[in-house]
Amino acid sequence: MTIEARNLSFRYGGKPVLREVSFALTSGRFHALLGPNGAGKSTLFGLLTRLLALQEGDILLAGQSLKKQPAEAMRQIGVVFQQNALDLDLTVRQNLQYHAALHGLSRKEARKRGDRELERFGLLDRANDAVRQLNGGHRRRVEIARALLHEPSLLLLDEPTVGLDVASRKALNEHVRHLCESDGLTVLWATHLIEEVRENDRVLILHQGKLLANGTGSAICEAEGSRDLAETFHSLTGAGSP
Amino acid sequence: MKAAHYWHCFVGIQTREWLRFWQQRTRFASALVRPLLWLVVFAAGFRAVLGISIIPPYDTYITYETYIAPGLCGMIILFNSMQGALSMVYDRELGSMRVLLMSPLPRPFLLVTKLLAMGVVSIGQVYVFLLLTLLVDVEPPLWGYLAVLPALILTSLMLGALGLLIATWIKQLENFAGVMNFVIFPMFFMSSALYPLWRMNEASPWLYWICQFNPFTHAVEAIRFSLYLEWNPMAYGITAGVTVVLALLATAGFRPQRTKILGTQSA
Repeated sequence: MTIEARNLSFRYGGKPVLREVSFALTSGRFHALLGPNGAGKSTLFGLLTRLLALQEGDILLAGQSLKKQPAEAMRQIGVVFQQNALDLDLTVRQNLQYHAALHGLSRKEARKRGDRELERFGLLDRANDAVRQLNGGHRRRVEIARALLHEPSLLLLDEPTVGLDVASRKALNEHVRHLCESDGLTVLWATHLIEEVRENDRVLILHQGKLLANGTGSAICEAEGSRDLAETFHSLTGAGSP
Repeated sequence: MKAAHYWHCFVGIQTREWLRFWQQRTRFASALVRPLLWLVVFAAGFRAVLGISIIPPYDTYITYETYIAPGLCGMIILFNSMQGALSMVYDRELGSMRVLLMSPLPRPFLLVTKLLAMGVVSIGQVYVFLLLTLLVDVEPPLWGYLAVLPALILTSLMLGALGLLIATWIKQLENFAGVMNFVIFPMFFMSSALYPLWRMNEASPWLYWICQFNPFTHAVEAIRFSLYLEWNPMAYGITAGVTVVLALLATAGFRPQRTKILGTQSA
């Protein structure tokens, strides 16, 4: 599915947070949305998930404007939020079933798909455990499994590794890349951590609400005349890679 | 989207609310302490002061406990709805709201279903409370327990929608203490929950009219009359009308960016 953002601008009470951001995501590829804290990443995610109403510009999903078919578009999108969105006291399976029901799936179908995803994620034996008993990395995996239950073609992850240790961060990143390859998912992974991005990824660099670069990591580096992404990021945003 | 999708969604939201309720049953049990204190302690003190004459729907002299029991049912729903609405947009329920709003079903449907689900849990508490009132001889007719159900559902939806409207639009009231002082207590005290309105009229006509304009008064009367198998079209009509208007305003005016649902950015 093609995703295109056209001239997105957004203001919070007069203060511009996004300024004329335009990009297109390539179907079935891993995209990194790189930007320091406060760059406007979460606002962009808010617009893509329609938690924020579009002010200027438009977002097209498979050619359909988000303005015209707002709710229907959510069938195509799976979201992993920056903050935990699981019920800690409920079991993994109960959490998945809640999400499935919201997408109109029957209990039977929800169970079937839920178990399939959990098995794929190596978490089937934890299905009846309360989420509270899971470690941070596993909770994140449950959130990704949940986001995939309704079989979306676009997966949005807003700083999914926040609060995880280095090993879990790496594992989660690998995991999503693998999904991207195996399922043909289009992925948009927002982060401020340069080590989560690879040279051959499609990279979007957002800074102070402006899209400063958009292309493969190596092409961006070449255009900037820098050795690696960290240096590119530093020269474009004036910030060290955190 | 087919009707089956809506149905699965409706059941899913209800189920989740009951699962949460079961997980936090001690918290919900403690929420019963407040109305029970009113019933046992406040009523004992007030009984001596306040004589109740025979007024509809009662056909005999009643104890003060009997009079305030329907009002306290309303109070349970009032507290729960306000607390529930606040938690939807400010704290405990944020995660579940994020997931909720990612559903492809229309937002007004999702919000009303969510409010109803929270209402159903409140109503469960109301029934437990009504069982306990049997201990102080509040004995409505048996069928009254069933007849009161529609009034309870309407009341919970009305107050839930009001809570959501306030929580979304009045920034100053984003904590429970503010809502308690400026919404819950005025609504509760300026209603027929604790004293019949003719008494209020004797004390102060303008207060009487404020009470008459308070939709909570009519919700309490709808509960009171149906619990005693009497039909009160005015109370029902006003409660239903206000419920529809508030539900429309709350769902149509709902803006995630005015809440904390989106996360820190929107704060």
